[in-house]
Amino acid sequence: MLEINNLHANIDGTPILKGISLRVSPGEVHAIMGPNGSGKSTLASVLAGRSEYTVTSGSVTFMGRDLLALPAEERARLGIFLGFQYPVEIPGVSIANFMKAAVAARRAAMGLPELTPAEFLKQMRAAAALVELDPKLIKRAVNEGFSGGEKKRNEIFQMAMLKPALSILDETDSGLDIDALRIVSQGVNQLRTPENASIVITHYQRLLDYIVPDVVHVLYAGRIVMSGGKELAKDLETKGYDWIIKSLN
Amino acid sequence: MSESRNEIIQESTSQPYKYGFVSALESDTLPKGLNEDIVRAISAKKQEPDFMLEFRLKAFRHWQTLAMPRWAHLTLPDIDFQDIIYYAAPKPRKTAKSMDEIDPELRRTFSRLGIPLEEQKRLAGVAVDAVMDSVSVKTTFRAELAKSGIIFCSFREAVREHPDLVRKYMGSVVPYSDNYFAALNSAVFSDGSFCYIPKGVRCPMELSTYFRINAAGTGQFERTLLVADEGSYVSYLEGCTAPQRDENQLHAAVVELVALSGAEIKYSTVQNWYPGDKDGKGGIFNFVTKRGDCRGDHSRISWTQVETGSAITWKYPSTILRGDYASSEFYSVALTNNFQQADTGTKMIHLGRHTSSRIVSKGISAGRSQNSYRGLVYVAPGAENARNHSQCDSLLIGDKCGAHTFPVMRVKNRTAVVEHEATTSKINEDQLFYCKQRGIGEEDAIGLIVNGYAREVLNNLPMEFAIEAQKLLQISLEGTVG
Repeated sequence: MLEINNLHANIDGTPILKGISLRVSPGEVHAIMGPNGSGKSTLASVLAGRSEYTVTSGSVTFMGRDLLALPAEERARLGIFLGFQYPVEIPGVSIANFMKAAVAARRAAMGLPELTPAEFLKQMRAAAALVELDPKLIKRAVNEGFSGGEKKRNEIFQMAMLKPALSILDETDSGLDIDALRIVSQGVNQLRTPENASIVITHYQRLLDYIVPDVVHVLYAGRIVMSGGKELAKDLETKGYDWIIKSLN
Repeated sequence: MSESRNEIIQESTSQPYKYGFVSALESDTLPKGLNEDIVRAISAKKQEPDFMLEFRLKAFRHWQTLAMPRWAHLTLPDIDFQDIIYYAAPKPRKTAKSMDEIDPELRRTFSRLGIPLEEQKRLAGVAVDAVMDSVSVKTTFRAELAKSGIIFCSFREAVREHPDLVRKYMGSVVPYSDNYFAALNSAVFSDGSFCYIPKGVRCPMELSTYFRINAAGTGQFERTLLVADEGSYVSYLEGCTAPQRDENQLHAAVVELVALSGAEIKYSTVQNWYPGDKDGKGGIFNFVTKRGDCRGDHSRISWTQVETGSAITWKYPSTILRGDYASSEFYSVALTNNFQQADTGTKMIHLGRHTSSRIVSKGISAGRSQNSYRGLVYVAPGAENARNHSQCDSLLIGDKCGAHTFPVMRVKNRTAVVEHEATTSKINEDQLFYCKQRGIGEEDAIGLIVNGYAREVLNNLPMEFAIEAQKLLQISLEGTVG
C-alpha cells in the first residue's frame, strides 16, 4: 500500500529526514517511536503533503501512485488521513459543514455518489458514538473551545467519517487522560479492517497497550534505526532510547 | 505565505462576474450633463408637485457650493459630473399594471438575475420593488400588502399618491445639505422605493428592492424612504447588480429610515455591483448615504450589510438613537478583491437615555484591494446610561492587500459604557492545511474559512439571502488562489 524509499526532507534548508525506508501493507499497524526531534512529526507532515517541507530525494508510492507529486488535498482524497497532534480551530465553521465538504471531496474522488442528507447524518451520529463525542459538538465550530480530549476525539470522529486507506496518527495520545486514551484507542481499533492500515506515531508505549502494532520502528536523527515486533515497545519503555543510540555509535 | 501561493495570487484571474450582461432595452434618456434645466426636466418627467422641484433645486444649488469629500482612505479619481446621464428609463415608461405591459426583455433581465417579476414565481413571502436604471419597473404583492395598510411602491408613485407622507419624512433623516453625494442625489434622484408600515402592523413578508443599472454612461441615483409607525415591524432587503463595463459608473443613493416609538426596522443589503475586472478596470463607484432615525422611545434599527461589489465603496449606514431606550445594530461583512477599495462603517449617535448600540464589522481583503472600517460612536451630554459595543475584525488573504481601521469615540456623558475590540488576522497556513488534509481544495477551504469568519453577520440575514450571500462570498473569492 505504502512504500517509502530512502526519503530525505528539509525544512528551511535543515535536513530532518535522512533516508527513511518503510513498507506498509493492508491490514497492518506500524508504530513509530523515538525521542523528541527525531523526525516523527516531520515524516507525518511530509506524507500528508505539508508545503513547508522540501523533499530532497527518495520516493513515496501509495496505492501505485507517486504520492510526492500530488498536492495535499489529492493525497487526502486518495485515502491518506492525518490525525493531527495539534488540531486547528476554524471559527464559525461547524463540524457538520466541514465534514460535508470533506466527505463530498473524498466520495467524488472515489467515484461514489454524494450522500443523501439523511445518510450523512446517520453516519455522523454513528461516528460520534464511536468516540463518545457529544453529538451537540457536531453543530459547534471545528475545535473551537474544545478541550484537548475533545479535539483528539474529533480527529478520530473525522477518521471514521472519511474511512481512509492509511491513517497516520501523530501523537494522538498526547494530552489525553487514561479514559480519553481508552476511548480514542477503541475508536481506532474498531475502524481497523484487513484493507486499511495505520501508522501510529507516539512517544510512549502506553498507547500501544491499546492499539497493538504489528511492527515497531525506532526513529532517531531522521533514520529508522531499529524495527521489531510489539515487544520492542516494551523494551523501550523499560530501557529508554539510550541503549539504541549507544549501540549506533 | 509560501512563494508558490504568492505567484498564484499574482497570476490569479477573477471569475467572470455573473451579472455582467447588458439587456437590449430601449431607453428614454436625458442628455448628458448637470444643470438646473436637467433638474427641472427630471422633475417634469415625473410630473412632480412643486415642493419636490423646490427640494431638488435647493439641493442642486447647495451641491454646487460643495467639493467632493476626500477624507476617506480611498484613491478617488476625478469624476466628471458633466459626462454622466442623470436620467435613463427603460421604455415604455408607464408603470406596468399587469405583466403583459412589461417589456419581455425587462422581464427576462430580472429573471436572469433571479428576480422573477411574476408574483407566483417569486420566493414565497418576499415582495419586490425592481428598479432599473432610473425607474422602478414593478412592485410585487402591492395589493396584498395594502390589505394591512402597508404602502410599498416606487418613490415617484409615493410622491403622487402620498405627497403628505413624502413631504413629512423625505430629507428628515438625511437633509439635502448632509454631504456632497446626498446633495447630488437630492437634486437628481429619479426613483427608488417608498414604504410605510402603519401603527402596530407587523409586515407579513420581507420587502425588498432590487437595483439594476443597465444603460451605459448613466449614473443611478435612487432614494429609499422607509417609515415604521409606532409599534410596527418590517424587514427590508436590497440587492444590487450592474453590467460589466470598462468605464466606471456612478451610484449615489440615499436611504432614510424612520422608526417611531416601539417600531423595529431590520434593513439588510447584499451589494454586488460590478467590481471592475482583475486589473481594476471599470466597476461601480458606490457613494451611498444611509441613515436611520430611532425617533421614538424603544425603537430599534438593525443594519446588516454584505458588501462584495463596486470598484469603490463609500458608505456608512448610521443610526441616530434619539428616543429613550432606542437600540441599533450594525452587522457588516465587506469583502474586497483585486483592485477594489472600500471605506465603510457606521455611526451610532446616542442622543436618548438608555440607548444601546452594537457594531460587528468583518472586513476581508484579498488581491491588491484596500479595505477600511470607519466608525463613530457619539454619546451626547444628555444620553444617560448609553452603551455601545464595537467589534472590528479584519482578515487578510495574500500579502498585497490592506486592512485599515479608523474608529472614533466621542463620549460626552460619564455614565456611558463604550467598548471596542479589534483584531487583524491572516488566513493561516495551519487552517488551510487542515482543510486540505481532509480533501478540501484550497479555494473551497478559503471560502469555508471566510464564511466561518463572517458567520455572525450572515446569521442576521433572512434565510434565503443568507444562503445567497454565502455563495456570493465564495464567488467573490474565486481567483484569489488561482
